[in-house]
Amino acid sequence: MPVRSSRFVRQGLAGFVASVLTAPLVVSAAGAATPSLSGEKAAFPPFDVTTFAGQLFWLAITFGALYWLMSTIALPRVGAILDERATTIARDLDNAAQMQAKAEATALAYETALTEARKNAQGIAQAARDTSTKASDARRHTVEGELAAKLAQAEATIAATKTSAMTNVRGLGSEVAVAIVTKLTGQTPSATEASEAVDQVLARG
Amino acid sequence: MAAGVGIDPISQFQIKPIIGLRPFGLDLSFSNASLFMVFAVGVISAIMIYGSSQRAVVPGRLQSLAEITYEFVASTVTGVMGREGMKFFPLVFSLFMFVLTANLLGMIPGSFTVTSHIIVTTGLAVLVISVVLIYGIAKHGSHFFGLFVPSGAPAWLIPFMVLIEVVSFASRPISLALRLFGNMLAGHIGLKVFGGFVVMLTAQVSIFTVLAPLPMILAIALTALEFLVAFLQAYVFAILACVYLNDALHPGH
Repeated sequence: MPVRSSRFVRQGLAGFVASVLTAPLVVSAAGAATPSLSGEKAAFPPFDVTTFAGQLFWLAITFGALYWLMSTIALPRVGAILDERATTIARDLDNAAQMQAKAEATALAYETALTEARKNAQGIAQAARDTSTKASDARRHTVEGELAAKLAQAEATIAATKTSAMTNVRGLGSEVAVAIVTKLTGQTPSATEASEAVDQVLARG
Repeated sequence: MAAGVGIDPISQFQIKPIIGLRPFGLDLSFSNASLFMVFAVGVISAIMIYGSSQRAVVPGRLQSLAEITYEFVASTVTGVMGREGMKFFPLVFSLFMFVLTANLLGMIPGSFTVTSHIIVTTGLAVLVISVVLIYGIAKHGSHFFGLFVPSGAPAWLIPFMVLIEVVSFASRPISLALRLFGNMLAGHIGLKVFGGFVVMLTAQVSIFTVLAPLPMILAIALTALEFLVAFLQAYVFAILACVYLNDALHPGH
């Protein structure tokens, strides 16, 4: 708060001092006319007119000095101290608020970075999982294909072996039949007869 | 100071010249009253000037006192007159501190109460009113006298209203001076009277000596009351000065 005694106040004070310095003349004249208010005894001190001039005189001097000391030295200084403290506190509060805002921004940035990194990590893990699944699937498919081919080959081999074995068995059967008939009847049946008979038996069989 | 056993509550107000000074036949002697005026200015300066000389951001005790009084008076001034009232701040501050310190110095036993003399309180009241008049007329010219003309009154009532307003304005310095003077005078007389009763009752041992504690208790209670009055009257003086100065700032009714 700026403390500046206005021109008018100073004028008022000057007027006061002037009136005070002239007042004793009037007052002392009145005092001379009425020496004391209560007659023969000494006047009641606060109403003793003879002391008025001196009191006003010294009041003007002391109060003037006080006004001068306060308005030029004390009050501007105390006002400056209070202003300085107010600005210091305001500045410190501002600084603190800025620091806090900065800290909050940093924390926010850290949080976003963290979530992003977490998302990235999940993506990478997913991609790795996908590729590995795909690779293993492909390998399984090829292995399965190879196995199926081998199985089919094996089955074909078995079938061929079986048919050849079966023809061998028929040939052997008809020869055995010829031999048995020859031994039993002495007659040798023709190969065709024997093989037909074997076929009949096999067909029944 | 009771002479003998009697009560003399008046002698405490006696003006005793210390250094005789009589130019042009005027008695301008430096008296005990002048001495206590100087004491008051010294005490205020010690608090306000020495107290603030450190200019500490974190104040010490004396600087705190200086700051508290500053802020107290400043809030009173701005509360009554607003921000522009701060141009009267040094005046109101000086008045408040002078009256308060003079009142409180008067509470020291055996000291002199400057404000118990009607001429001193009248001097301060006249100072306030002359500042109001000089500032009001210099700032607002004849417009200042609009203070005495209430707005919205019927025309035939205006003369009476102006008369009443002038009388009420003229009675301001009288009430301002008499209030402070009467309070300080009566309080100090009361203290002396009750103190004198204690002395009277205990001076000669009799059956009535048993009653001595009664005025003693009253004197103690009165002392507490007087401290309150010392502050309150200084505050009332300052706030009324603010109210009157506000009229000089804003003479509109």
